[in-house]
Amino acid sequence: MVSFARIVSDLKLFGRGYLRNKIGLFFSLVFPIILILLFGSIFSGGGGGPIPVYVQNRDSGQLGAQFVGVLNKTGTINPTLVDNSVDFKQYLLDHSSSEGIQIPGNFNSSYAQGKPVSVTVYSNPADTSSGIVLSVVNGVVNGFNYRQACATCTPVINMNQLTITSQSAKYIDFLVPGLIGFTVLTSPMFSLVNISSEYKKSKFFKQLSLTPLTKTEWLTSKFIWYTFLSLLSFLLMTVVGTYLFGAHVTLSVLILPFLVLGPLFFVSLGMLVGTVSKSVESAAVVGNLVTFPMMFLSGTFFPVNTMPQYLQTVAHVLPLFYVIDGLNQVMIYNNIGPMLNDVLVLLVGAVIVFASAVSLFKWRED
Amino acid sequence: MSAIEVSSLQKSYGELRAVDGISFSVQQGEVFSLLGPNGAGKTTTIEILEGLRQRDAGDVKVLGLDPWSNGYTLHRKLGVIPQGFSFFPKATPREAIQYYADLFGVKTDPDRILKSVILEDAAKTYFEDLSGGQKQKTGLALAMVNEPQLLFLDEPTTGLDPQARRNMWEVIRELKRGGKTILLTTHYLEEAQVLADRVAIMNHGKIIISGKPEDIIMQHGSGERMEVRGDGKLAEFLKRDTGLEVNFDGNSTISIKIREKHDALVAVESLDRSGMNWDDLRTRRDTLEDIFIRMVGGVIEEAGEIKEVKH
Repeated sequence: MVSFARIVSDLKLFGRGYLRNKIGLFFSLVFPIILILLFGSIFSGGGGGPIPVYVQNRDSGQLGAQFVGVLNKTGTINPTLVDNSVDFKQYLLDHSSSEGIQIPGNFNSSYAQGKPVSVTVYSNPADTSSGIVLSVVNGVVNGFNYRQACATCTPVINMNQLTITSQSAKYIDFLVPGLIGFTVLTSPMFSLVNISSEYKKSKFFKQLSLTPLTKTEWLTSKFIWYTFLSLLSFLLMTVVGTYLFGAHVTLSVLILPFLVLGPLFFVSLGMLVGTVSKSVESAAVVGNLVTFPMMFLSGTFFPVNTMPQYLQTVAHVLPLFYVIDGLNQVMIYNNIGPMLNDVLVLLVGAVIVFASAVSLFKWRED
Repeated sequence: MSAIEVSSLQKSYGELRAVDGISFSVQQGEVFSLLGPNGAGKTTTIEILEGLRQRDAGDVKVLGLDPWSNGYTLHRKLGVIPQGFSFFPKATPREAIQYYADLFGVKTDPDRILKSVILEDAAKTYFEDLSGGQKQKTGLALAMVNEPQLLFLDEPTTGLDPQARRNMWEVIRELKRGGKTILLTTHYLEEAQVLADRVAIMNHGKIIISGKPEDIIMQHGSGERMEVRGDGKLAEFLKRDTGLEVNFDGNSTISIKIREKHDALVAVESLDRSGMNWDDLRTRRDTLEDIFIRMVGGVIEEAGEIKEVKH
């Protein structure tokens, strides 16, 4: 018989202790923020080599090719030519690219005749790379205008700026759900692996077994606490990601199943690892063996589909993959079907792991 | 009805017979002590009684219940401090008491319990910052939350400094005065002698002797004796001169058995006649420790390990 009052009293004691432990708080709440700041800054454009930009040169004359050559020489952008036959905007959308440059067909002839002509630049104001691309193209256009002996001194080439706020998901958009998944995994896993092996060693479990508190109640209280932490982490990640890095994420109640099933799964898994391990040290080793591959291969820091095929196959057996994939489906793509699939996988998995943790975990020994 | 009934209890870990067919009973209101060195089987026995371990064979009744199969019912009636008691590092004794009260579903006054174990001063200190004695007292406080009539204290003073140990004894005596039945394990012979109504001395899984400490000393002790510091030559002289039973420990202590009061006078006169050097004259009786040394051939050191002595 599960008593809600006992769960609450255990939750009270555990939660209070957790909040008093500065190191634990740092790793569960502050550390993921440091990660998002770090990864967000590194990968959201800025540094790191020329920016790859798709260029469609519709001009058959020599000037168009020259223009592309100059863009290339700037060293800031790395133009990739796109076939003239394709719908350029659609191409950008399909390739999730925020930037693109289109040189019109009459570029060479208009330039020669001194007639105004426009180069079209697609960009996304939310993307820091876009700003760089715009200024580079602007610079090149100016250069071409100066080269033109111009009597009237009106520039011949204009820059036609178009916004492309496509569904082009940026790195930061993946990073937000990825790092939410990171917290959902690491906080309960590391903590429960440690607690369960440590309490066994210090005989604290034995002591609890002498009270009316049951194993299920004990584990449920941990599950509630880590669900609360995952909600908190979700809020922090979303706020930091959106306001600092301009992440575009869709907020929906459909996110909740993952913030509940994730902790349920990993609280139970951590308990299971701590329970089957003989000592605190071996529990830590096994815990790391389980946690680290999952941490890197489930789409936490990089989208899974950027990984080689065999690693993608591996990812599909990792429970965290379904948490992050589900969050991606809801927050980025708004795809209900695949999301329901992820919920189902997690639900079944979490129930199995919870039940085995409770049955294998022993208060007392024989 | 006895609070605890144990008969022919056995428990082995692989080849090791941790508890090898012991029997004893504890009456209501009694303080009973299982006494012995580390590895004697005390903790295994007490954990079987608490329902934390399953026995291999034998009968065990605690408050009329089988502790293994009726653990859940029994635990509401027991108070237990496990060996090396520990708790959430970031909780205070007061919070710990409230937590236990919530778990047991009882109303309690944390201050009253804290006072009864002399822990009021540390009520708001985190468990991790408490001294060893305060930690054990927190354990005792928790054991009392559900107001049990029967308390199991497994090595409650191990590792404490002498001051903290005496402090703990005072608390246990107070519980005894309050009518609690207490089963206490210890490897401190003095502790058992001071606190227990009856003791059972265990070694290698067996009870080698049990009863009231005075009775054990009376039956198995060597009675009263006179001790004096001197050398082997003096010991030889005394033996010839008095005809009494004289022992020399090979070092500097001569012990003379006093069977009747007159023997003491004879011994002192003989010392005077010897004309040899002697001092530090005293009389003493055997303690439990002397009897333990005689029966087991070793002393229990501070940490609970047994150390052989030549006799």
